[in-house]
Amino acid sequence: MPFDSTCRPIDITTQSAQRTSDMNEHILLPDGSIEKQTTTLNLGPTHPATHGVFQNILELDGERIMKATSTVGYIHRAFEKIAERRPLYQITPLTDRLNYCSSPINNMGWHIACERLLGVKTPKRVDYLRIIIMELARISDHLICNSIVGVDSGAYSGFLYLMQYRELIYEIYEEVCGSRLTTNIGRIGGFERNFTDTAFQKLEKFLAEYPKVLKEFENLFTRNRIFMERTIGCGAISAERALNYGFTGPNLRAAGVDYDVRVHTPYCSYEEFNFTIPVGSTGDCYDRFLVRNEEMWQSLDIIRQAWQKVQSFKGADAEVFHADTPAYYLPPKQDVYTKMEALIYHFKIIMGEIDMPVGEIYSSVEGANGELGFYLISDGGRTPYRLHFRRPCFIYYQAYPELIQGGMLSDAVITMSSLNLIAGELDA
Amino acid sequence: MALTNDMIRENLTGKFGEVLYDWEEPYGMLTFSAPKDLNLKVLQHLYDDEVMAFRFLTDLQAVHFPDKKGAELAVVYHLHNLRDNVRIRFKVYTDIQTPDVYSATALFNSANWMERETYDFFGVNFIGHPNLIRVLNVEEMDYFPLRKEFPLEDQTRIDKDDEMFGRGTY
Repeated sequence: MPFDSTCRPIDITTQSAQRTSDMNEHILLPDGSIEKQTTTLNLGPTHPATHGVFQNILELDGERIMKATSTVGYIHRAFEKIAERRPLYQITPLTDRLNYCSSPINNMGWHIACERLLGVKTPKRVDYLRIIIMELARISDHLICNSIVGVDSGAYSGFLYLMQYRELIYEIYEEVCGSRLTTNIGRIGGFERNFTDTAFQKLEKFLAEYPKVLKEFENLFTRNRIFMERTIGCGAISAERALNYGFTGPNLRAAGVDYDVRVHTPYCSYEEFNFTIPVGSTGDCYDRFLVRNEEMWQSLDIIRQAWQKVQSFKGADAEVFHADTPAYYLPPKQDVYTKMEALIYHFKIIMGEIDMPVGEIYSSVEGANGELGFYLISDGGRTPYRLHFRRPCFIYYQAYPELIQGGMLSDAVITMSSLNLIAGELDA
Repeated sequence: MALTNDMIRENLTGKFGEVLYDWEEPYGMLTFSAPKDLNLKVLQHLYDDEVMAFRFLTDLQAVHFPDKKGAELAVVYHLHNLRDNVRIRFKVYTDIQTPDVYSATALFNSANWMERETYDFFGVNFIGHPNLIRVLNVEEMDYFPLRKEFPLEDQTRIDKDDEMFGRGTY
């Protein structure tokens, strides 16, 4: 076999002297040859088991992972740079494309950040409607994540079963804002229109049907021997390491830290709601699964409470769906055609001619996979001077090599899906 | 006893004296700046001190201010005390010719990629970082795109008057 140019240099003088004396001396083989102790495996960027554009170069000893190197950035779209040229309302569609499994939470998180900067106070009814939408988004995100963990452990039916109910959630979005995946839902100050009766009927349908299905899903998985043996102890992380790695959301709570932005820094009237924060203890895939399942139950409970509160508004109060912020909230279209003031505001908002107050704000919401933060600096111009998204999964994905080291290759796949990594959010 | 912004300020001034500056509280979050060679000492103190206990690095990124001569780049740390639930913001300014700032990776594992991202977009050179390479952009890139001198749109366009559409200069 001929040596190629990548072979290691051999010191000819000493080698040849030895060669004459010892015919059994060891010949140095080039890297990557059959004699190498470990195998290099390129997992991704487009691998069916990674559910997104993730590349990991794994160093394998048999099936055991010795070392992993993650590469990210395959779908980087320069959102932070683009945002520096967009007025506030045009940034909402960019946030859709971060965590696209629960884009309403991103939209509302962004609106809440803007409202804090502008000093806008939203009516209670808007807060409750937002909570309904955000918790629906959390359910749809957790539902995907948990059922994908099921798929990666070899149980496809749970995924197909739950997926039907994500459809019901998407129908509610559709009824409220007209789109399903990248929702661009709501406006600064509230919603673009009031919820229709159909939207509430669909919500009631979902609230009536989903608990039964979720229960059945739990019956299929939670005490399933195969599933437990596949996930317990796999991809575990201690609370201390998780905090040091900047974990937030269900992944941190699975490690036993009860940090939740909804409770610690309440926004959108979350302080009026009664719910518990589930925590795990070992931080492994199984605990992450359990925490997410329990969070879905809690979200259902929050939605029910919010729905009750929304129903308590009667008469004119039941027609409130946005705050009174004419400089940032588009006027109704019929007014634009008939009233001078509405026309002026319409023009100024659409052309992005409204100057923001000078300020610097960090505002965060509890996204479906962690603390989603917006760091917004305004120099008094029409567009942000600087906008930074704190993207939870970009920060905790760094821990991935540590989580999978020493485990089996198949555990790496299940760990990745149970971390709820969303490529859009990872790469901004 | 809950930790208040005044207590934090008192504690830090007691430890570091008057070198910390720009004390502000925009929207209730205590914000201050330090000379760039002190950044690790401040972070370490905030981490170790039993009263302060800022042991969670929420966010780390940079901002470019081309008009501030000699302090063009600001590296901004958002720290969180999870026990008392207090957040603070801490800034370090550096000039753009030698954008060297000590790396916080020894203190926070989470700083690793966030510093890589900051390097990637602003070119802040984090001294002591184990693997300071680009993270989101391609490795062959030879500029730092989030700096303000790089306009978002093609500057040779003449059909669009920037003064009419949003920001003028940048």
